[in-house]
Amino acid sequence: MATELGSRARPSAAAEAQGERDGDDRAHELAIDVHDVSRTFADRRGTHVQALAGVSLHAARGELLAVVGPSGCGKTTLLELICGLQTPQAGSIACEEAVLMPQHDLLLPWLDALDNASLALRIAHVRRAEARARAAELFAELGLAGFEHAQPHELSGGMRQRVAFVRTLLSGKPLLCLDEPFGALDALTRAEMQEWLARALAHEPRTVALVTHDVEEAVLLADRVVVLSPRPGRIVEQLEVGLARPRRRTDSAVVALRERALDALALGRSAAA
Amino acid sequence: MSRLRAALAPLLLVLVLLGVWELYADLHSASSFVLPPPHAVASALWDNAGFLAANLAKTAEEVALGLLLALALGFALAVLVHLSGPLRRAVYPLAVGSQAIPIAVIAPLLVFWWGFGVLPKLAVIVLICFFPVLVTTVDALGAIDRDQLKLLRTLDASRWQAFRFAELPAALPAALSGARIALAIGVIGAYIAESQTATSGIHAGLGHEINADLTALQTPRAYAAAIVLFALAIACFYALALAERTLAPWATRSRGETP
Repeated sequence: MATELGSRARPSAAAEAQGERDGDDRAHELAIDVHDVSRTFADRRGTHVQALAGVSLHAARGELLAVVGPSGCGKTTLLELICGLQTPQAGSIACEEAVLMPQHDLLLPWLDALDNASLALRIAHVRRAEARARAAELFAELGLAGFEHAQPHELSGGMRQRVAFVRTLLSGKPLLCLDEPFGALDALTRAEMQEWLARALAHEPRTVALVTHDVEEAVLLADRVVVLSPRPGRIVEQLEVGLARPRRRTDSAVVALRERALDALALGRSAAA
Repeated sequence: MSRLRAALAPLLLVLVLLGVWELYADLHSASSFVLPPPHAVASALWDNAGFLAANLAKTAEEVALGLLLALALGFALAVLVHLSGPLRRAVYPLAVGSQAIPIAVIAPLLVFWWGFGVLPKLAVIVLICFFPVLVTTVDALGAIDRDQLKLLRTLDASRWQAFRFAELPAALPAALSGARIALAIGVIGAYIAESQTATSGIHAGLGHEINADLTALQTPRAYAAAIVLFALAIACFYALALAERTLAPWATRSRGETP
């Protein structure tokens, strides 16, 4: 079974693995292995807030895992745990090296698009000219040609997110953690960006953990959708998408899955209430 | 044309102020030893142009060097205070307290250490000017988006790289803004420095000269020197604004400034 996990075409294998943990042989085939993780914070007044309660999830290499849930359900905490920015208080996490793409593009205003995109390479001590050349290559491949020398303030919100995504890709890490990457964009731009991201990932395959509050986005992009309950976040349901790409939001299968995810969200809410 | 129109308002304001001053002085409201009329100041300015220029050179050197040193010291302290909690607790209160030190108290010591040259003046100006730079820079370093630092960590940036790529460029325009605030008090700082620490040589600076002229009842020339100081402050302010626009164009852009 472990041999099936690496392929993007068989995302369901990871879900089966979720049922029972029976051996270490598959551990190194998993890009994300979160087991029974809980995380509690002390808020400003000192009261303890539990962000995550006993969350277990897995993703195979090359899989696109979407995590949906209401705001404040610990989605961002989950991503930061996967990225190693936080440590769990209970449970265990084993993940491939991950890079974060936050909701806001956080492009540095004193660098142009290429310098921003190649930031990870500069951090890895690649010479500036070479780093820019490698970023320029990706710009051309991902349809950003012509924007190489643009300053961040000259770019639209969607373009800024594309540059931020190229910056994420160029980190060279196998696992991308996207934290509501299109949450700050208007609906039209968001739809455009979802299509662009699907194409970009087809061109540059990676394992992706996508956090979003947009159920439709999750169903359009992901191999598997994990639905979290309101705080403290627990897994309400995992939905296999298993639809061919490219998907359209009007496809009946997409609509049906969206309904199921919305039902799961409502279920999570009523259970928490 | 638009530049001409832009210059109109400040020019008009200066003319009105000069007019009020002239009228007030001409009505013999005060003796010309106390308040010389603008035309007397203007002729003192004209007659002593070379003399004032020589003293200006001295004072301008003090202000420029002092401000640069204050910028460097304030920035360096800000970085230390930003990076280390214990240093913040140790340095910040002392920095605030240092602003309350009457210069007259330490002036003899400065002269004892460094004599009658430019160094004691620089020390006074730096003491007065580093503080605004320190505060604005510390605030800017603290205001950096925490997500930005998280992002850099997942890009494997070291502490130094996070500083070099994100914090240093963000702090630079803040330090220059601090220097612009410091400048306003830096020019009067030069006057205080020259008053408090004696200088050898013929041209001892505008501050020194103003004090000498006031004692000798050469009030018009003292006023003329004050006007030169006035112009020096304005020139330095715009020089710094220009430096900020050149070194950190993104910062002036985000403030929507058109100085």
